Amino acid sequence: MSHYLNHDYGIRSWLLTKDHKRIALLYLISATVMFMIGGIFALLVRLELLTPAGDLMQSETYNKMFTMHGIAMVFFFLIPAVPAVLGNFLVPMMIGARDLAFPRVNLLSWYIYTIGALFTLWAMISGGVDTGWTFYTPYSTAWSNTNVLVTGVGIFITGFSSILTGLNFIVTIHRMRAPGMTWFRLPLFIWAHYAASIIMILGTPVVAITILLLALERGLHLGIFDPALGGDPVLFQHLFWFYSHPAVYIMILPSMGVISELVACFSRKRVFGYSFIAFSSLTIALVGFLVWGHHMFVSSQSVYAGLVFSVLSFVVAVPSAVKVFNWTATLYKGTITFETPMIYAFGFIGLFTIGGLTGLFLASIGLDVHVHDTYFIVAHFHYIMVGGVIMGYLGGLHFWWPKITGRMYSEFWGRISAAIIFIGFNLTFFPQFILGYLGMPRRYHAYPEEFQVLNVMSTAGASILGVGYLIPLVYLFWSMRYGKPASDNPWGARGLEWTTPSPPPVENFPVTPVVTEEAYAYGTHGKESPVG
Amino acid sequence: MADAHAGALHAHQFEDADQQKDASTLGMWVFLLTEILFFGGMFLAYAVYRIAYPAAWAAASHHLDVRLGGINTVVLIVSSLTMAMAVHAAQLGRRQQLVVFLILTMLLGGVFVGIKAVEYQHKFAEGHVPGPGFHFEGADGRHAQLFFSLYFAMTGMHALHMIIGFGLLAWLLAGSLKGRFTPSYYTPVEMIGLYWHFVDIVWIFLFPLLYLLGRH
Repeated sequence: MSHYLNHDYGIRSWLLTKDHKRIALLYLISATVMFMIGGIFALLVRLELLTPAGDLMQSETYNKMFTMHGIAMVFFFLIPAVPAVLGNFLVPMMIGARDLAFPRVNLLSWYIYTIGALFTLWAMISGGVDTGWTFYTPYSTAWSNTNVLVTGVGIFITGFSSILTGLNFIVTIHRMRAPGMTWFRLPLFIWAHYAASIIMILGTPVVAITILLLALERGLHLGIFDPALGGDPVLFQHLFWFYSHPAVYIMILPSMGVISELVACFSRKRVFGYSFIAFSSLTIALVGFLVWGHHMFVSSQSVYAGLVFSVLSFVVAVPSAVKVFNWTATLYKGTITFETPMIYAFGFIGLFTIGGLTGLFLASIGLDVHVHDTYFIVAHFHYIMVGGVIMGYLGGLHFWWPKITGRMYSEFWGRISAAIIFIGFNLTFFPQFILGYLGMPRRYHAYPEEFQVLNVMSTAGASILGVGYLIPLVYLFWSMRYGKPASDNPWGARGLEWTTPSPPPVENFPVTPVVTEEAYAYGTHGKESPVG
Repeated sequence: MADAHAGALHAHQFEDADQQKDASTLGMWVFLLTEILFFGGMFLAYAVYRIAYPAAWAAASHHLDVRLGGINTVVLIVSSLTMAMAVHAAQLGRRQQLVVFLILTMLLGGVFVGIKAVEYQHKFAEGHVPGPGFHFEGADGRHAQLFFSLYFAMTGMHALHMIIGFGLLAWLLAGSLKGRFTPSYYTPVEMIGLYWHFVDIVWIFLFPLLYLLGRH
C-alpha cells in the first residue's frame, strides 16, 4: 500500500519534500544529532566533576563544555524537539488537514534550523565558546576571546525556524480544521501547541534582535550594552530573559500536550477538566511573558520590580498546577495500563511536580538570593527541561512511533529503558538540589572536598541516564526494519490520527474526515472502555 | 507565502481558493506581528537610554540632517500610496497600471535608500560612527555615541527591510509582466503591499524619535 514513506524514494525526494510528515522526520534526525552532541558535552562536564580538583580539564575548557552543552541542548534540541518533530507530524493529522498551511515555509524552517546548527557546530569545532548559554554582556562582547560571533549568528538564524514553525501552526489551527472540528473538540495537544506557537512568534524576534545587537557591539563596536561604550549590561539581561524565560514554556507546553493525550489514552477516560487544561496553556503563555525578572533578583533590579516579578512567578505556577491536578483526576477510577508511553507520562508528572515546586522556592526573593547561581538552580531547571520536556518527548515518540513508522517497538525494552531513565535522572539531579542548598556554585570546574560524595552520585546517575537514552536509539532503529507491523490504532486511542492507516498516506486521510464528537470520547463506544 | 499556482487554482492542502487567501492573509499579519517585536527590542533600548541621558541625546540628535530625513519621510509615504494603487490595479486586473505602480514604488524605495546612503556617508565624514574613531564635540560624548549606535542599528535594520522589500517588488514586477496576477488571484501583491506599508510605518516612528529630539 502506498504511504508517505514509500510513495517516493531517494535522497532528493526527502530533501525537497513538502510533506509535513517527512519534514518531521528530517527534524527528528537533526534534533537527535544535536541531542547527542549536547549529551557528550554533559558527559564531559560530569566526568570533570567526579573529583574536586580540575584534573580532566582546566577552567577555560570546562567553561566551554558547559556553554556548548547548554547551547546545543536549549536552542537546538529542547526548543524544536516536541513541536518540530511531533507537532509537525501531528498538528495537521489531529485536526483533519492534508498538510500545514504553508508546506514550503515548513521545509524552509528545517533548512534554516540546519544552517543555524551548522554555524554553531562550526563555532564549536573551531575553538568553542565560553560565555555560558546566556551570553551575558559585557563578558560576551568585550572580554571573551572565543567564538561568540559565529555562535550568535547560528542561534540568530535558528530563531527564524522557530518563528516560521509557530506561524505555520497558528495559521493551520485557525484555518485548516476539518468540518466539525470546533475549537473545543481540539485535542489538548493542539491547544498546547497553539499556546507554544504564540510564544514562538512573540518571543523569538526579541531574542533575535538582542543577539543581533550583541553581535553589532562585539563586531562593529556599536555600543548598546557595554558600560565602556555608554550602555547598560542589565538591559541585555532584560531583553535576553524576556525571550528565554518564555522559551522554557515553548519547551514544556508541547510536552504537556503530549501528556494529556497519554494520560487519557492509558486510563481510558475523558480528560478531567478539558477546558481548564486548554485555557491553562494559554494562561501559561500569557503570564509566562511577565515573569522574566525573577532571573535578575541579584542584578541591581529595583526591589519593587523584584516584588512584582516574585508575585507573578507564583501566579504562573497556578495554571501548571491546574494541569497536574487534572491529569491526576483523570487517572482516578481510570482503567490504567502501564505501556511504555504511560511510564514516561508518570515520570513526567512526578518530575515536573518536583521541578515546579522547587521553582516556587526560586520565586521567593529571599531564598533565591541564597541559592542564586548554585546547583539548586541547575537541579530545578533540569527537572523541568529533562524530567519534564524529554520525558514528554520520549513518551510521545513511543506513543506515535507505530503511526510514524508503521512498526511496533519492543515493549520489554521500552519499559526497561523508561525505568532506567527515571532512575538515572533522579540519581543525577536530586543530589544537585542538596549541593546547591549547601552552597556549591554552578559553572566551576573545581569544588571543596566536602561536596565530592554528592557529585560522585550525580556523575554515576548521569552515566545511567546516558545508557537509558542509548537503548531507545537502538531498539527504535531496530523496529523500523524488524518490528511487528502496527495496526491503524494499536493503543485503542481516540483522535483523528488513529483513524488513518499506519503509516499514513501522503495527504493523511483518504477522504477529509468529518468530526462529530468531542476529543477523548473514551467510554462512549463500548469496546475499548471497561469503565465509563 | 502561499503555495499557489497561477490563476484561480489553489494548493493541494487547501479546500478552495478562499481558504488559501484567508490563510495567506493571517500568515502575513502574524509575520508582521513578529516584525513589531523584532523592532520592539530596539525601541525598548531607545526608550531606556533616551530617558536616562536626555541632554546628550538631544545634542546628538541635532547632528542628524532633518532636511534629508524629512524628504525621505515624504518619499516613503508617497511610495506607500503607489503601493496601494498597485494593489488596487491588481484587484481590478489592470495589468499595465499594476506594472507602472510597481515600478514607481521601486523607484521611490530606491531614492529612499540612496538618500540614506548619503546621510550615512556624512556621518562617516563627521566621525559620528561609533567605534574607536568616534568623536563628538558636545559634553557627553559617551552617551552621544550610544545615540548614534542606536541610530545606525535602527535605521540600518530599517534599510535592510527596504532592500528586501525592493527584491520582493522586483519579483512581483516579473510576475505581473508575465500576467500571473488576475482579479481572482492577486494575493502576493496584497501581502507584499502589507509588508511595504509596515516598513513605511516603522520609519514614521523612527523619523521623529531620531531626528526631532529637543526641537519642539
